[in-house]
Amino acid sequence: MPVADREEPPVLRVEALAKQFDGLRAVDGVSFDVARGEIVGIIGPNGAGKTVLINLISGFYPATSGSVHLAGEDVTSLPLHEIGRRGIARTFQNIRLFRRMTVLENVLIADQRHARRPARAFFAFGRQRTEIARAARYLELMGLAARADRLAGTLPYGEARRLEIARALATEPKLLMLDEPAAGMNEEETAELVQDVRRARAAVDAIVLIEHDMSLIQALSDRVVAMDYGRVMAAGTPAEVLADPNVQRAYLGEEGGP
Amino acid sequence: MIQDYLFFTGINILLAWSVYVVLLTGNLSFAQGAFMAIGCYAAGIMTTRYGVPLAVAVPAAMLLSSAAAVLVGFPALRVRGIYLILVTVGVTFCVRIALENVAYTGGVEGLKGMSGTRLWHLGAAIAAVGLLLFLLSRSPLQRILDAVREDDRVAASLGVNLTYVKLLAFGAGAAIAGLAGALYGHYLIFVRPDNFDILVSIFVVLYVILGGVNNMWGPLLGATVMTLLPEFIRALQDWRPTMFGVAIVVMLLLRPEGLLKFRQPSARWSGHAGR
Repeated sequence: MPVADREEPPVLRVEALAKQFDGLRAVDGVSFDVARGEIVGIIGPNGAGKTVLINLISGFYPATSGSVHLAGEDVTSLPLHEIGRRGIARTFQNIRLFRRMTVLENVLIADQRHARRPARAFFAFGRQRTEIARAARYLELMGLAARADRLAGTLPYGEARRLEIARALATEPKLLMLDEPAAGMNEEETAELVQDVRRARAAVDAIVLIEHDMSLIQALSDRVVAMDYGRVMAAGTPAEVLADPNVQRAYLGEEGGP
Repeated sequence: MIQDYLFFTGINILLAWSVYVVLLTGNLSFAQGAFMAIGCYAAGIMTTRYGVPLAVAVPAAMLLSSAAAVLVGFPALRVRGIYLILVTVGVTFCVRIALENVAYTGGVEGLKGMSGTRLWHLGAAIAAVGLLLFLLSRSPLQRILDAVREDDRVAASLGVNLTYVKLLAFGAGAAIAGLAGALYGHYLIFVRPDNFDILVSIFVVLYVILGGVNNMWGPLLGATVMTLLPEFIRALQDWRPTMFGVAIVVMLLLRPEGLLKFRQPSARWSGHAGR
């Protein structure tokens, strides 16, 4: 229970989070906060530990040490479904849709009223008007209403990415984490994605965005955390972080400069 | 004679559905013959020794099968894929060996004196289970189960408790197998542990794979065709296992998702009136 006279806890607080894989320390003592309303970008070269970090926060991997607090509540060692229920939703670098189910069904699965009570969900057979109406909001938000009855596996790349975002939003999360949403997109699709994320922002308390694409990070992030070798190399506004000499050396140098 | 054919077809349809329900969450169970045995013996002991009416013994036997499945499933469903299959095979052997060696269940001699199953009882059971499966296919639970089969970790991250959902399906499948077993025993009058050999469990899984795993009609068709075909084509009778083997190989090559491979979406947008 939050103490009444304290200020509101951050949406996400990551403290000294670490993950050890055999000999490798993939994430090595990462700490940062995400405040309400913020989009925080996480950048870093390949292998810096960005995706492992997302997997730790969302509960896909158990953390070796450190902690994750969501809106003041410790969720570090909760099982995957409990973390989802508390309000962390995510997308995946390698898109993970329920490919043999329809676009509409992919969003409907995230409907918490049923996901939390599967046995009771049996008795909601029939037209499911209210469920579909709820899902419709997210499909329309991501411009997928016209695709609702198609199989998710048949969607083109950009739409598949948007469906993952719609599905994540349909859990009504506090925190949305996007793992390289622009990967494999052309410039036009990336520009659309910027609009999609801005619309998604209104539906959640905060967003964490992992991305390689610097234009996307600059267009969307309020703050940036730069990682390398599993550690935070620099953190601050996008301009500050991109001007950091370590960041320039480790990350931008590799890509041929900004 | 013809009545017997219909009866065994009906039993196999129930068993195929019991495999199908478990398979909805992506788990292949070779233990359905064992849960059938538990249902059969539980109902048989209740009616023959304690004078319980069949109408009470059947649901009680279903509950017992289901409870046994939950007990086994709780630790077992944590392991995945091939390991879970091995666990279910192990369950089938254990149940058979137990039935053979416990005096209370009649040992290798088996259990006798059960009677009372009429063909229409079985018909009603199939209709009831079929109706439930049909309603399931139009319910939010169907897509939760399907999502668990497609990608269980992602389903979990959306708030689905995997252990609970998998146990629910495993328990429901065992209840259907227990129903089949209870009706089976009271039709045959006399059952022995070797009526519930591992081959029973294996054949039932094959019916489902042949018929199709994506909808409730596939198992129904698979069980019907594979039970009746060898009965009507006399020449095939001695070759039954061979025929099965050939059918499986041919199907997996030509139509790996079974005869009826369509999947009905659990909800549709078209027809949704909008805002």
